[in-house]
Formats: sequence, C-alpha cells, structure tokens
Amino acid sequence: MIKCLIIDDEPLARDIIKNYLIAFPSITVAEECNNGFEGLKAIQQHQPDLVFLDIQMPKINGFEMLELIDDAPPIIFTTAYDEFAIRAFDQNAVDYLLKPFSKERFAKAIEKFIQKPERASVQNVLDEAAQTPSQQNRVVVKDGAKIKIIPVSKIYYLEAADDYVKIVCADGTYLKNKTMAFYEKSLAAFQFVRIHRSYIVNTQLITRIYPTDKDSHSLVLSTGQELPTSKAGYAKLKSALGI
Amino acid sequence: MAYSVFSDRRFLFYFEIWWLLVTILQYVILHQLNVENYYAITDAIASNVILGFLCFLLSNNMRFYLPRNEKYWYIIVSSLAVCLVWLIMLHVSFYFILPKDDPYIQFFKESYAIRFGSGFLLTSSITMFSLLLYSQQEQKELQARQSESEKLKRDAELYKLRQQLQPHFLFNSLNSISSLTSSNPEKARHMIQQLSAFLRGMLKKDEEKLISLNDELEYLKLYLDIEKVRFGHRLQTEIYSDESVGSTLLPPLILQPVVENAIKFGLYDTIDDVVITIRAESNDHHLLITIKNPFDPETGRPSRGTGFGLSSIRRRLYLLYSRNDLVHTQAEGNIFTTRLIIPQV
Repeated sequence: MIKCLIIDDEPLARDIIKNYLIAFPSITVAEECNNGFEGLKAIQQHQPDLVFLDIQMPKINGFEMLELIDDAPPIIFTTAYDEFAIRAFDQNAVDYLLKPFSKERFAKAIEKFIQKPERASVQNVLDEAAQTPSQQNRVVVKDGAKIKIIPVSKIYYLEAADDYVKIVCADGTYLKNKTMAFYEKSLAAFQFVRIHRSYIVNTQLITRIYPTDKDSHSLVLSTGQELPTSKAGYAKLKSALGI
Repeated sequence: MAYSVFSDRRFLFYFEIWWLLVTILQYVILHQLNVENYYAITDAIASNVILGFLCFLLSNNMRFYLPRNEKYWYIIVSSLAVCLVWLIMLHVSFYFILPKDDPYIQFFKESYAIRFGSGFLLTSSITMFSLLLYSQQEQKELQARQSESEKLKRDAELYKLRQQLQPHFLFNSLNSISSLTSSNPEKARHMIQQLSAFLRGMLKKDEEKLISLNDELEYLKLYLDIEKVRFGHRLQTEIYSDESVGSTLLPPLILQPVVENAIKFGLYDTIDDVVITIRAESNDHHLLITIKNPFDPETGRPSRGTGFGLSSIRRRLYLLYSRNDLVHTQAEGNIFTTRLIIPQV
C-alpha cells in the first residue's frame, strides 16, 4: 500500500488528484492539507510515501515547507504557473505537473514514482528555488513546533554550527539545515557578506571596524555583538562597502 | 513639403492690399515732387507690379527651401539680389513704355539710390515676414507630429497595462474547471461561461470610454465568482455601493486588478478565512473606492503594496488623469486598505 498526501490550498485542485487516483487502487490518500503548516504536520504524522505538493500556498510556499523537513518524502509538484519553479524542476528532473494536467500525464508521473521513487534531487530543486524572488527576501525556520518567517532585514548574522547554520536575528537564534555557501550566495543581494569561514554578516548593521592584530580585524554591530573577520573575509567586506 | 502661404486667401488679400498702398504712396511722393500725373501713375504701377511679383516669387520659393542657420544672410543677400533684378527690369520696361529721349528716363536714373533703398526695405521686410510664417508653419507641423506620436505611445502603454492578465489566475481557473467536469459538469459549464465572459470583457473594453460603476461592479462580480469557486469558503466578499454612486463613471477594468491584489495578499498572507470589502462612495467631484483585505504585519514582505497590480493601476490613472495622487495604501493592524480616487469630470 502506498500512502500519499495532497497539499494544495484550492479544494477543486485536490479533488482532481483524488479523482485521478481512483485508477490507482494501491495508492491511498492519508490526508488532504490546505496549506504548508497542515502539510508539515501531516508529513510528520503520517510519514507518507508520496506527496502531491502545490507551490503557491498561503503563508509559506511548497518549497519553504520542504525546507523545514529533515528527510523529505518523494514529491510530485503541482503548479499552475511559476516560471522560476519550473526552471528549478527542469534543472533537477523531478516530476512536476502543470495545471491543468491530463489523466495520462498524471498516470505517467505515478508510474515514474513507482519505478524509481526519487528522493535525492528534491534538495537540488530547493536550492535552485531559493533563488526565486518570492523566497529571496525571507527565511523560514522552525521554532519548536512553531514556524517563523524571518524577513532578511531582521537577520543580524549567520554562524556555522556543524551541519547547520545558526541564524541570529532580532527575536532569537534559529538553526537551519543548510550550508554557509548556500546562504553566502542567496543573501549576497541583500548586502550580506561572508567575513569569515564561520560568519556571514548583515553589512547594514556594522557600526565599527577595528584592527585586533597585525592583519586581522573585528567588527561591531549596532546590536553590540562583535564578530571576527578573516583576511579574505575582510577583503570581501572592504570591496562590498566600497572602502 | 510646406504649403505656400499664398494658398491662404486672407494672406493673399493683404499682400495685394499692401502693394496697392505702396503704389499709392509712391504716386503721392512723385506727385509732391511735381512729377506729371501720367509719369507718376506709370512709374508707381510699373515699379510695384514688378517688385510685387518678384517678392511673390521669393516668398513662394521658401516653400521648397527654408533657410535655417543662414537665416540673416539669406534675408540680406536675397533682398539685395531681388532689388538689383527689379531695377534692371524696371529700366528695360521704361525703355519700352516711354519714348527713347523722354526726360523722365533721366529722372529715373538720378533716383536709382532712393529706389534701391526703399526697394530693399520692402523686400527684406517681406522676406522676414515669410520666413516667420514658414517657420511657424513648420513648428506647428512638428508639434502635431509629436503630440500624435505621444498619443500613440500612451495608447500602446495603456493597452499593455490593461492586458496584464495573471497567468496564475487563468491556469488555476482552468484546473478548477477540469476538476469540476467529472464531479459537477453543470457547475463546470457555468464556470466556463463566467471565465469566457471575463476574458471577453478584458479583450473588448475600450480604454477611452468610461463606464458606470454598476457595470464595473458587474464585471468584478464575475471575477469574484470565479475566485470563489477556486478558493471555496475561504474567500468572502462584501460590496457596499449605494444607489447614488451607481452611475458615476470610471475607466474600465480598474477595480479588478486592485481586488486581485487584495485577494492575493489576503489569501496568501493568512491561513484563515478571508473577507474582502469593497466600498464605493462619492464626494463632490470624486468617486472614492475603498478596498480592504486582511494581511499579516509580522511577515513584512517589502513588496507589499507595490506589487504589480497597484503600480500598474497608479500608472494607468496617471496616464488618464495626469495625477499621481489617485491611489493610496495604508496598513492598520492586520487590515490593508487601498483607496482609489476617480475624478468625475
């Protein structure tokens, strides 16, 4: 038996998937979810084998929801129109259905899943999708059972913490299962600079830079924190600030 | 090519009157100098017919060639040349008109300088005047061309702004219809009709023609009905518009993009049920439309309120009314308000 979830905010869009699934008696729908929050809870609760996931949904979109799951199940994305998302899929060969989709196209996606349940490439889709305009200006994190959406302007700095990245912002510190290199790239457009192997700073908040050694510098943020810079990081900071 | 100033009958009339006056003036001057009437009349008519004809040629010539940088040189040189030609022609004609040894020819030769001087004054003033008229004419044509191209540009821009149909809306609506075809064919057919009416309205509305608020609200309801099928009970709308404002006028398809924007933020920014209120009222010479939608102030997306929907509406109203203050937005608590002001002329 294959257990699946349908996550879409439009009831009729869920109905058509249920309707198409009648032809596949081996697949049962464990739950239907209205948005990413419900979806997240349902995924943890049911541990589904397959998820039909819409991209544009209230509060957090499909990609952001997936970012919050450590071990994402196989996904078949469904979307009406999102050129950025489609690019993300295309580059990573994950199956996706463009609404409105036919019964035949749907059956093909299911066959593809049954033959080779794809897992690995979803991470690449997410990395690609993180560059899309709707996601660039915010970061979604889990705070216990709660989900927080942090606008990038409220982030002070990011710090490497083993396999995670620690995000330090106005209302606390959050861990995210990503790499420093990922954030260095995706936050570059918002004046974030990697000043050290372990630190990425919001340059808007820098109030003072002072030398600590012969060729190393530290900087002070308007929030009081002090961060070290590496030689290469200091050079990057200088060029970013134009000094 | 410019058209001749002489094609203007009024101009031609005054040109003739002017030469008649000059002819009379010359006759009077000659008369006062004790020249006999026969000579005075002959001289005055011959002189001014020839000079008038030469000036006509000179002025008409500017149709084909209008001096630009060398304007002043042109006036002086052409006037001098015309006067020289004039005197020679006059001299020749006197030889034909008068007997060979007539004493008036001697008088004529002695008055070369004064004739040349006054001829030059007349010719140069005619040249200057024609130059002015032709330049004006050219300027007017340029302006007409400019305003024409400006109008074309404005029309094209308005057309483009209006054509911004959200593909998301279209494809999701089609998906809903696709879903309904098996579960509720009757409703699917109804939705296809609504979507068709909506798309037809979008294609045929004429930008220049204002429509009544009632018609615009009718059209808006079509859109809202489609959205309600998509989102089910999550989307509710309230429209308040009293009798008196129903006939006020506004540009077509102004409300739908604003409401679409409100729905987008309302539905995608919160997970609860959403109520969108639309209120229309009029004051003095304006129609005021207020659209309210809930949003989440915490998320603080910087793009809020400057989304494509609103900026294109702002641009359209600017193009139509030349005013930049017709769209206002305000966030208060968890309610986002958009106000449109439509001047009533």
